[in-house]
Amino acid sequence: MSAFSEIKLIAGKDLRIEMRSRILLSQVLPFGAIVVLLFAFALDPDRGILARVAPGLFWITVLLAALLAIGRAFSIEQQHGARDGLRLAALDGSSVFIGKAIAIAAQLAILEAVLGLTVVVLYGVEVHGVVVLLATAAAATIGLAAAGTLYGVLAAGLRARETLLPLLLLPVLAPVMLGATRAFEDGLEGVPGDAWPWIALLTVFALLYTGVGMLAFGPLWEDT
Amino acid sequence: MPNVLQLREAVCLLGRFPALAGLDLDLDAGGVTLLSGPNGAGKTTLLRLLAGLVPLHSGTGSVLGFNLNTDRVSHRRRLALVGHDTFCYDDLTVRENLIFSAKASGHKAAMGESAMERLGLSHVAGVLHSKLSAGQRRRLALAAAFGRDPELLLLDEPHAGLDTEGREILDEILRETDAAGRTVIIASHELERTRSLANREFSIRGGRAYSVDQT
Repeated sequence: MSAFSEIKLIAGKDLRIEMRSRILLSQVLPFGAIVVLLFAFALDPDRGILARVAPGLFWITVLLAALLAIGRAFSIEQQHGARDGLRLAALDGSSVFIGKAIAIAAQLAILEAVLGLTVVVLYGVEVHGVVVLLATAAAATIGLAAAGTLYGVLAAGLRARETLLPLLLLPVLAPVMLGATRAFEDGLEGVPGDAWPWIALLTVFALLYTGVGMLAFGPLWEDT
Repeated sequence: MPNVLQLREAVCLLGRFPALAGLDLDLDAGGVTLLSGPNGAGKTTLLRLLAGLVPLHSGTGSVLGFNLNTDRVSHRRRLALVGHDTFCYDDLTVRENLIFSAKASGHKAAMGESAMERLGLSHVAGVLHSKLSAGQRRRLALAAAFGRDPELLLLDEPHAGLDTEGREILDEILRETDAAGRTVIIASHELERTRSLANREFSIRGGRAYSVDQT
């Protein structure tokens, strides 16, 4: 089987399970919406503050909700020994990594679209650079999915994986948080052209973690 | 007849506990082997070792010509393991699970469909794994294994949870598998039933070989 077929098989399987279980729709999205709403309540006295800090609040919410999606991507492999079944298939580790990362990225893209619209409406944010926002979201999503898949498999074999995943992953995602927030600030109410260095940082992060993930995922998948 | 597997002084640790403590085993290709022994003897660990799912900590081993000390992945596509779990996904149907399993091991979807029919699961093809009874899950696990068309079939308590019809179907498939020259290893406590299928018996206790009989 070609690498492309293996990637398609894994991504298709994960997305089919997600569509069937509707965890994204019934748990992850409502969780994100509640966090966005709580920020609005907390900072309600001055809507100007909300608009100014909207990029940071948006990406914090995405990161928190992403933890749920990443945890879910690996918890399905723990049930009924499914991970052993997948290991017995002897698929290439990098194909499993890319397939799972694509499925996570697709879910994050939906999450970001819904939360983005919610933030624009609820926080009264003006959008100046749509291309910059889309480029930022694409690079940040790939970076989040790649790093999340790598640390997800690392945590999957540990006994306290639910609590350890955020501890391991959130510090690693600090550059994504910083770059995506700064780029969104420029794309929303600043000068969109100033965002490109931050998008370059996000792209480097995404490429780095995709490369490291393709190399390291296989051994981690086998031995953790 | 070539060796399908060979273990020398095989030690396999579960944490610090030696589940296999210096096991020697040679098995020629073909035939059905009953792997017997009391609870905790190391039967499940031995099957998982042969499948490459747990590492060999010391000693040497080879399965289907692949050296377990240096490569415990490459032989996996040529074998199938039915363990205590189904290796399936709750949110996929019986058909989806079997097609995924067949495709993932490099076969066509039709192999999964065919195994589903053979194990009598066609009437629950569209039912989610989470909604199946224990016996149906057992059949599904067996169908997933047969859908891989394995050269080496490793079965851990395969009759457990099956009804009379399921047991008869399984026995029939195992006889056909034997006749086709494939190798089957069955770990079981149902000794009488499994002995009627087996032509070799290998017993382990405390992670070591206890006896080997040709029947």
